[in-house]
Amino acid sequence: MSSVIKVNPIACEAYGYCAELLPELVTLDEWGYPIVDGSAVPAHLVELARRAAKDCPRRAFLLQRAVGP
Amino acid sequence: MPTATATDVHESAAHNSAAHNSAAADRATLLGAWRAHRNAELTTHLAYHGSPPLPQRGDRTWPERFAAAIEESGLTGRGGASFPSATKLRLVGSARGNPTLVVNAMEGEPASAKDKVLLSCVPHLVLDGAELAASALGATRIVVCVAADRPDILAGVVRAVKERAGSSLAPVPVEVQQPPARYVAGEESALVSWLNSGPGAPSWRPDKRTPLTIGRRPVLVHNAETLAHMALVARYGASAFRAVGTTDAPGTALVTVSGGVEHPGVYEVAMGTTLGSVIERTRPTADVAAVLTGGFGGSWVSAAALDTPYAPRPLAEVGGVVGPGVLVVLTRRACGIAETARLARYMAGESAGQCGPCVFGLPAVADDLAYLAIGTRDRDAIRRLEMRVATVDGRGACRHPDGVARMVRSALSVFASDAAAHGAGRPCVFANEPSVLPPTVIAPLVPTS
Ligand code: SF4
Ligand code: SF4
Repeated sequence: MSSVIKVNPIACEAYGYCAELLPELVTLDEWGYPIVDGSAVPAHLVELARRAAKDCPRRAFLLQRAVGP
Repeated sequence: MPTATATDVHESAAHNSAAHNSAAADRATLLGAWRAHRNAELTTHLAYHGSPPLPQRGDRTWPERFAAAIEESGLTGRGGASFPSATKLRLVGSARGNPTLVVNAMEGEPASAKDKVLLSCVPHLVLDGAELAASALGATRIVVCVAADRPDILAGVVRAVKERAGSSLAPVPVEVQQPPARYVAGEESALVSWLNSGPGAPSWRPDKRTPLTIGRRPVLVHNAETLAHMALVARYGASAFRAVGTTDAPGTALVTVSGGVEHPGVYEVAMGTTLGSVIERTRPTADVAAVLTGGFGGSWVSAAALDTPYAPRPLAEVGGVVGPGVLVVLTRRACGIAETARLARYMAGESAGQCGPCVFGLPAVADDLAYLAIGTRDRDAIRRLEMRVATVDGRGACRHPDGVARMVRSALSVFASDAAAHGAGRPCVFANEPSVLPPTVIAPLVPTS
């Protein structure tokens, strides 16, 4: 089962921890808000993504099971 | 928001261009009763249309018959998404708990006046549709939502609701609510948030298919025009509905036309009428350069495409959109980039202020456009603008930023040569002319702060 990252744009306050932990998957826009592309998280990064989700101070960074189209 | 097309509602409703000439066919139109009698009262409505075919007590097959008629009619939602109405009915009908039916008459689009026309001229057609849909769903509550700053729309609704309260025409009780007036307040999740005693701002759903609820009960939000069409389909049948319009997009639609025209107003047109002939009726004040389709979060279409049929699919092929039924005409005596800058500024101000990319991105996009419009020499302006538009697209909880992205991208394509000239330091002579946009929307091109 693959996972995808979702950012709750209402909750996120641009702390940027997620981008620090996971530069492979998260870039920040010019205002500091994370940009994720919605593709499946590669297996070797799942653990880090989980940590980023746990460490997000706003609980805005979510790792979710990919759902069908 | 005050209506964009400050036309008197009676005048607006008088314009009708549905492809009908016989009185019988006129009966199955939204505004026919108003045209014939200029009276919005219940007795007039019933004399003209007869009683709505509400179900007899205990008729268990009625809901499915109603849904089947709606399906056969091919009716699609007239609030913006053009989603098949029957599918929406069935989705909620299959959920657990007695649903609430919400009538969206928020008129969130500043350039739209159709909710006002419907609820001032033919409110009982909307309420018939609401009662019918509610009965089909087993709903126990109907809520009509009118924006808090629209006493003009409220008056018509309240009068009509009182006229039928307690009668057999109101099997499901109707209440009227007034959520805050804001561009995004009419967005489904925002309306539902407010009805749940929330802030009335859009909510974030990681999976957009998650059904909305009030408390734990399912809720169905329908645009006022969609419900009025349902009332016609239930009475006159799917074939009468399909007799007008195209196979792909049957029926009539209300279109609010404004901008550089002599007769702004709400027109009922047959789907598939060409864009050009819709606009021709409103008498453009000069040669048409482009048309903003689908409202402020819609899309500019060049005058070269005026022979396109007004319907979702053909419009999409030329980059346009039906959306909530709004056309703003831009003549050759206006600057498309300057108008786009004004639109973007307004939309930035209407952000619900919840999501970073929307809160910071939209003003940045509006600034870029404003500086482009006044001809600030900046060869990088267009590239930066395109980048910022891509940055905001899809990054809010609701589609507000996506609409702005679509509208700005369409401007950069339709007004490409103007944009290039402005970026090279040559503004339009029209950049500082009075705007064609509704006065409530216009802000100074370049912010003073
Ligand atoms: S860590 Fe959380 S709050 Fe910070 S930028 Fe990432 S998602 Fe937003
Ligand atoms: S995207 Fe903009 S308008 Fe929509 S919820 Fe977020 S801040 Fe509000």
